[in-house]
Amino acid sequence: MALFEIRGLTHFFGGLKAVSNFNVTFEGGELMGLIGPNGAGKTTIFNLVCGVYHPSHGDLRIEGRSLSRLFPHQVTALGIARTFQNIRLWPEMSVLDNVRVAHNYKLSYGFLDTIFQTSRYRREEKGIDRRSEEVLEIMGLRDHARELAKNLPYGLQRKVEIARALVIRPKLLLLDEPSAGMNLGEKEALIGLIRWIRKEFNLTLWLIEHEMRVVMNLCEKIQVLDFGEMIADGRPDEIQSNPRVVEAYLGKEID
Amino acid sequence: MSKYSLTLLAFLFFVLAVGLSWAGTLSPYLQLVLMFVGVNIMMSSSLNLVNGYMGEFSCGHAGFMAVGAYTTSLLTVWFFTSGSVFGPNLLPPAWAAALFPFILLFGGLIAALAGLLVAFPSFRTRGDYLAIITLAVNFIVKSAIENIQPIGGARGFMGMGRVINGMKEVADIPWMMIWTWVFAFLTILLIKRFVSSTYGKGIIAIRDDEIAAEIMGVNTRRAKMVAFMLSSGVAGLAGGLFAHILGYINPGSFGIMKSTEALVMVYLGGMGSLSGSVLSAIVFTLLLEVLRPLQLYKWVVVPLILILLMLFRTEGLLGHRELTDVFPRLKRIFGSKEEVHGAL
Repeated sequence: MALFEIRGLTHFFGGLKAVSNFNVTFEGGELMGLIGPNGAGKTTIFNLVCGVYHPSHGDLRIEGRSLSRLFPHQVTALGIARTFQNIRLWPEMSVLDNVRVAHNYKLSYGFLDTIFQTSRYRREEKGIDRRSEEVLEIMGLRDHARELAKNLPYGLQRKVEIARALVIRPKLLLLDEPSAGMNLGEKEALIGLIRWIRKEFNLTLWLIEHEMRVVMNLCEKIQVLDFGEMIADGRPDEIQSNPRVVEAYLGKEID
Repeated sequence: MSKYSLTLLAFLFFVLAVGLSWAGTLSPYLQLVLMFVGVNIMMSSSLNLVNGYMGEFSCGHAGFMAVGAYTTSLLTVWFFTSGSVFGPNLLPPAWAAALFPFILLFGGLIAALAGLLVAFPSFRTRGDYLAIITLAVNFIVKSAIENIQPIGGARGFMGMGRVINGMKEVADIPWMMIWTWVFAFLTILLIKRFVSSTYGKGIIAIRDDEIAAEIMGVNTRRAKMVAFMLSSGVAGLAGGLFAHILGYINPGSFGIMKSTEALVMVYLGGMGSLSGSVLSAIVFTLLLEVLRPLQLYKWVVVPLILILLMLFRTEGLLGHRELTDVFPRLKRIFGSKEEVHGAL
C-alpha cells in the first residue's frame, strides 16, 4: 500500500476549475516537487490535502485512510504537516509556545485536567516541554525559545515553522514555497536543511517551489501544473527540457 | 517561599476583608464596594478570555450574567423562602448556608450552556459579525426575562435578602463577602491554569492565526466552545453573586450598559492580560465610586478617560503582558512559576 495517494482530484471554486483530475502517489521516502506558474493551483492542492477545502471530486488517502471529509486537525493527527507560503506562525507567542501548541493534535487530557492539574496533565505537559525543547535544540533554535515569533528574522521564522511542523512527527511533510523571500545564502542553507531533516526524521516530502535552483537541486521527481492540470511529470532533467513546461513558463515561441 | 507569596497575599486580603466586615469596622457601603470589586474581577477576567486571549469581540457579556443571576436567585428563593411566587419553602432556610455554592455553580452551568448560543455561530463567523450576534444574545436574554411575568418581568425579582437571612441564622458572618471573594479567587486560578496549558494556548493560536491553528492540530471548534462556555459560565457565577449581594435584580441591570462596563474593564486592563483585568476591575470599580458625587457627569468623565487611554495607550494598562513582565522585580517576590510565556 502506498503511503499517500491522490486519485482524480478535482476542485471547483464556483465555476472555476482550480484543480482538474490530479493524481500522485508517494510510496514513502520520496522528495517530490510541484511546480507551475502563479495561479496554477499548487497551493489549492495542498489546502485540499490538509482539509481546508473538501474536494469536489476525487480521493485522497494516507495509508489507506480517506482524508476527503476530515477537518484539518484530524488530517494532522493522521500524520500530515505543512508550512505556509507566507509564514503563518503565531506572532504574539514565543517560539517555544509556537512549538508547544502544535502538540494539541494528540493531547490525551481534557479541560477538567487543566483546571485541576491532574497527574495526567502534569505528565503530558512535561513530555510536551521536553519534546519541544528537543526539536528546538535540533533545529538550532534553542537560544530563541523565549523570543516572540514576530521578532525573529525571516529566515529563522521559516525554521520555526518547520520545527513546528516536525513536532507533529509527520509521515508526509508539505513545504509551500519554503525559499520565498530568501536571499541566495539563505536558499543554500535551506537546501541543506531540507536534505538534513529528511534524513534525520525519515520524512516523505512534497515541495511547492518557484525557485528552480532549489527544486532542481532537491527533488527526485517533479510534477508541473498549469491551469489546474498536470502538464508534465518526471525527473528534473526531463522537466527542464520538456517543451510544454517551457511554454507554460515562458510562452510559445513565435516562428 | 516566594512561590506561595501571591497565595499568601490573597489569603491575607481575604481574612482582612471578611474579618473587618464581621467586626463591623467596614461600613456596609464599603463592604458593598468591596464585593462589587470581586464581581467585576470575575466579569472582566472572563470576558478577557474571549476578547483578549481568543481575539473575538463579544459585547453581550451581561446577558450571561443575567442567566446566572436569575437561575441562582430563582432556585434559592424557591428552595429556602416561602412567598407568593413559589409557595412555602422546600428546604429549611438554614440549609442555604451549605447549598448556596452548589446552586451558584448550577447557575454558572446554565449560563455556560447559554454561551453555546454564541459558540455555535462562532464556527462560521468572526469579527464584526460575531460581535453583532453577541449583542443580539444580550438583547434576547434581557427581553425574554422582561416578558416572563411570573418572575417579575421588567419589575425585577427579589427575595434573596431572606435567603441570606436564613444563612445568617446558622452563623452571623458576612456570607456574601466570603463567597464573592472565594469565587473571585477561584476564577483567577481557573483562567490562569487554563491559558497556561497547551490545551488553553490553542485559543491564543486562534487569535494569532486561526487557519494555522486549525492546520497545526488545534481543534478550533472545540476550543471555541470551551472558551465561550468558560467565559459565560464565570459571568453566570458573577451574576449569581451580584444578585445575592444586592438582594434584588431586574432585567434593566443586565443591559448593554453592563456589557459595556465589562468591555471597558477588559480594554482598560489590557487584552490578554489576566493581572491587567484584575487591576482594571479594581481601578474601574473604585473610580466609579470616587466619581459618584459627580452624579450623571460620571458618565462623561469615565468615557473621556477611556478615549484618552485609547489615544495614548492603545493596548491598555498591561496589553498582552502580566504585572510580572512590567515590573520584573515582582517576579522575585511572587516568583511566578512560569517564565515569560510570550502572549501570557
